[in-house]
Amino acid sequence: MEKNKIETGISSDAKKEPRRVVFVTKKTSAKVVGDPGPQLMTYPHLLIREAIAFQVLVIAMVLTALLWDAPLEQLANPLLTPNPAKAPWYFLGLQELLHFFPPFVAGILIPTLVVIALVVIPYFNVNIEGEAIWARRPSQNLRTILVTVIILLAFLAVFHAWTIFAPTALVAALLLFSYTVRQGREGWLNALATKPLSWWVMTWFIAVAICLTVVGTFFRGPGWSWYWPWRTHAG
Amino acid sequence: MATTLHSVLHSLRETKVWKSIFRRGLANTNRTRSLAVFGNLFLHWLPVKVREKSLRVRASYYLGSLSFILFIVLFVTGILLMFYYHPATPHAYRDMKDLQFVVSNGVFLRNLHRLAAHLMVFAVFWHMFHVFYRGGYKPPHQFNWVVGVMLLLVTLFLSYTGYLLPWDQLAFWAVTVGTNIISAMPLIGDKIRFLLLGGNIVGENALLRFYVLHVVILPLVAFLLIGIHFWRVQKDGGLTVKPRNDDGKE
Repeated sequence: MEKNKIETGISSDAKKEPRRVVFVTKKTSAKVVGDPGPQLMTYPHLLIREAIAFQVLVIAMVLTALLWDAPLEQLANPLLTPNPAKAPWYFLGLQELLHFFPPFVAGILIPTLVVIALVVIPYFNVNIEGEAIWARRPSQNLRTILVTVIILLAFLAVFHAWTIFAPTALVAALLLFSYTVRQGREGWLNALATKPLSWWVMTWFIAVAICLTVVGTFFRGPGWSWYWPWRTHAG
Repeated sequence: MATTLHSVLHSLRETKVWKSIFRRGLANTNRTRSLAVFGNLFLHWLPVKVREKSLRVRASYYLGSLSFILFIVLFVTGILLMFYYHPATPHAYRDMKDLQFVVSNGVFLRNLHRLAAHLMVFAVFWHMFHVFYRGGYKPPHQFNWVVGVMLLLVTLFLSYTGYLLPWDQLAFWAVTVGTNIISAMPLIGDKIRFLLLGGNIVGENALLRFYVLHVVILPLVAFLLIGIHFWRVQKDGGLTVKPRNDDGKE
């Protein structure tokens, strides 16, 4: 049979020049999955669930909107600065960071790094198998983690960044605890021992973000000083 | 009553007009149910079949769907609010007062829009973290994760640009605080801030720019990215579900 040269290109005779078609590595690709279980028709099984979700959400929102009014303050006045002037809640974590670090670091550098870190997550296949952090060379990993955590906590203490220090210390304590229970026992606390490094990094990030946002929203008063939310407003 | 309704619906489905629109019979076979999905512009980006596991609440908490529903609620209430709004100072603030005291259900409309906006930011964040813990970013879903991060940023910008529009003290100072951060960027910070605000302070020009971003540019970008995001879910093989082990456990 005559070969189609355009279609097959040069040296396409597999008998003469064998080519690698597939490369099987030790690590299994995430694409190779087991039995995903039975399938259902989208219409009606998915659509009825979406419709129910839509209705429940809209009903809940309508009830809330009837009972809870959106705030409206005085007309904008550039000459009258409220103290403290607060951004929307999802930026209050950043505003809390601004309290500790210079504007360039807190307002530009850290948010940019966070966005870059989020974007590149899927391109660093460090954790395709989700291998537990203590699965291999546990004592060596423990040493690295201890050094990292101590440097990080010392850095935060120097900047008096206690609202970052607290969640960091909490996550670090759980991480070190998981080292002690790594010999396969049941229970959710012991299940921490099976978590990979990426899980710990993300959990730390979320813990810090939540802590900063909650503190920025509820616990900061005039001059961004500590302020208990149950204290009455002084004006 | 129920049987009457049923027979009316049945005879409606038999009419030429109905058949010309839907071009399929009753969705009671797998074939016509497939047609119901891929023969419909608004559903064709969905797969015809879905894994039973991916439908479970714990697989997604429907957070992606809920985010989209919130976006639609924001779209509808936002268009209605535009009928009552002038993006100028101090009219913008007077319009808020009109919503409160003149427009029928004006407060309700604004409440709903604001509530949905905050919930959407919350839902999108939660969606992202949930997808991370489920490993939903792993191949072949890498690019869709990136689109998701872009959608998070668009959601934040949408919410933030909308925050200025009531033109009260809360809006003005929140945006002043936020945009001051941009000035911390070396070399180009002040220029970017000037571009965003149309001046050196949060004033009339800033209100107009935020308004155009909020009602035209960002919603268009969001719609485009949502389209890509949904379409890629199907093209990348559906939601990430954990395969069964040999012993049948998950």
